[in-house]
Amino acid sequence: MARLSADRLWRWALWAATALVLAFLVVPILAVLPLSVNDSRFLTYPLRGFTDRWYIEFFSDPRWTRALANSAVLAVSSAAIATVLGTLAALGLALAEFRGKAVLLALLLSPLVVPVIVFGVGLALFFGQVGLVRTFPGLLAAHVALGAPFALLTVGAALASFDRTLLRAAQGLGASPAVAFRRVVLPLIAPGVLAGFLFAFATSFDEVVVNIFIAAPEHRTLPREMFSSLRENVSPVIAAAATLMTLVAAVLLGTMEWLKRRTRRMTVSA
Amino acid sequence: MSAPAASLDAVRPPVRTIGRDGRRRLLAAGLVAPLAAFLLFAFAAPIIWILGYGVADNELASVWPRVSAELRDGGDELPPDEAVFAALAADLRGSQASRTAATAARRLNYALPGGRSLVTQTARALADRQEPDPGGGWRETLIALDPAWGERETWVALRQASGPVSAFFLLSAADLRLGADGLERAPPEQRIYLAVLWRTFAVAATVTAAAIVLGFPVAYFLANGPPALASVAMVLVLLPLWTSLLVRTGAWVVLLQDQGLVNGALMALGLTSEPVRLLFNRTGLTIAMVHISLPYLILPLYATMTTIRPELVKAARSLGASPAVAFWRVYLPQTLPGLAAGALLVFILSLGYYITPALVGGAGDQLVSYFIAFYTTETFNWGMAGALAILLVAATAILYVFYARLAGPRGLSLG
Repeated sequence: MARLSADRLWRWALWAATALVLAFLVVPILAVLPLSVNDSRFLTYPLRGFTDRWYIEFFSDPRWTRALANSAVLAVSSAAIATVLGTLAALGLALAEFRGKAVLLALLLSPLVVPVIVFGVGLALFFGQVGLVRTFPGLLAAHVALGAPFALLTVGAALASFDRTLLRAAQGLGASPAVAFRRVVLPLIAPGVLAGFLFAFATSFDEVVVNIFIAAPEHRTLPREMFSSLRENVSPVIAAAATLMTLVAAVLLGTMEWLKRRTRRMTVSA
Repeated sequence: MSAPAASLDAVRPPVRTIGRDGRRRLLAAGLVAPLAAFLLFAFAAPIIWILGYGVADNELASVWPRVSAELRDGGDELPPDEAVFAALAADLRGSQASRTAATAARRLNYALPGGRSLVTQTARALADRQEPDPGGGWRETLIALDPAWGERETWVALRQASGPVSAFFLLSAADLRLGADGLERAPPEQRIYLAVLWRTFAVAATVTAAAIVLGFPVAYFLANGPPALASVAMVLVLLPLWTSLLVRTGAWVVLLQDQGLVNGALMALGLTSEPVRLLFNRTGLTIAMVHISLPYLILPLYATMTTIRPELVKAARSLGASPAVAFWRVYLPQTLPGLAAGALLVFILSLGYYITPALVGGAGDQLVSYFIAFYTTETFNWGMAGALAILLVAATAILYVFYARLAGPRGLSLG
């Protein structure tokens, strides 16, 4: 009996601690959302009443709309390029064993760990030399570099669980390597490719340090404008921008979870 | 059917494997090459470029080529002989004529207090003189203009700056410099970098410790709680990870301000009668950084916890261990690889924070990243920026090697 109540106490403590920490993780993000429709010039509680004027202000200010467009264009295009480069490299690394493979992989993944400030100032100086500072291609290249390692990782993980006898079976049934790749390999690694795209997209959509150092004023992105606004004039328009960005995050997370569940089902049924 | 095929295989394997293997390797190289080449240009080159500035030291040599060459090739005796003084005089005149004396003045001033005025005044005084003072050489002439030219300290600084590489900026990053008698501590007013590095480590350590305390129960719940609730909890852990860093940091700016929710709650609970200052100081910075770092601790720890077999704890309990003992002696040790991996990841990421300290930290809470940015864009002291970048990248790389060992090849994947 004594042991049972100790167990129960233990469990309640665990649940309470978990609930508190989860609240700490999520409440700050959710608390900003209502302020985007709050009828007050200040970002403070209690709420005063409903208004849509912060969204109207957001969508009628070219500074914000241009930033939104820049973020979208950069995220989609850099994630697409990063996914292609990362997928090809993951296939190449899975094809052959060679000396120094682990080192090569670590180098290809290094954009994930090198502090972004070092990358940012390095870009400012190096791209300055080659004429890519304050250009769209320069910004795009930086975003691809930050996103490609994610595609390499996710496709690599998908290939690691790939059953190679399937390829032999396809060849035995008369499929050419190209056909075997398209009809067998590609469908099986597709979730990894899509996951890589989502990570690369989120990385680009979130990126702000590189933008601070090498972007021209007309190439500023949404996080970049938020950074300036938070430093200069904190207005509820920021809450509107934050809400839009949180929505994008929720969609990305939802897609990712759907993908994971689908992959798990496929693995279980296989 | 299968027998002939098998015997054919037995006859041909060497030839076939080599041929196929060669083609396969070529294909593999061709597939990896685009990404490798791209990253070499768009990632490695910029990094190497800025790190190179940390050891390159050719500012002085670019404007004072003659005296720099003499000092690089010359003997150990400092101050040097007349030939080197003559080269210095020629360079001083030359740089005054081409208006580059300020570059030399700036570089010398990094290493020598008063170096700037020494160079600019001497250069001005020498501007229209072709010959040294009658009855003496350039040595006597320069020392007459400013006795500092006769001091060993001046020449140690000059020789160290003569390029093409030097440890000057790296030493400066450790508050050290090369004085007349070897290594010495920088003058008190220039001792700022060790404090910045220490602050960066202290903040990272605090954030890591807080993340361990807060993250452990959540990871345990994710691994051992009721599956339906645990999957909801997982979404709540992942949502902040997918949300923009700017949104998360901005949220804390809003919540921690004097009229923010946190102060409102504190006052409503009667814990304080007037707003507590939570923004633009270490408290706010730590809270925001812990919030941003938590998922990186929770996920590797959770991954390790899912591999721990619950029977082991049950066995310990049935053998008479109390819950606390079973947890401490049986469960906790098995979580250590994941805990260490998560803690290292949080620590590594914390070393590189730039945006969050800029927005929620005060002037005294800026980490090493801030100074790298400051020297690059504000004072154009790229050598100092490069030296601090070398230290930051080196610390990150060393910790990353440990992390990769602990977390395995897939340790970097998230979610």
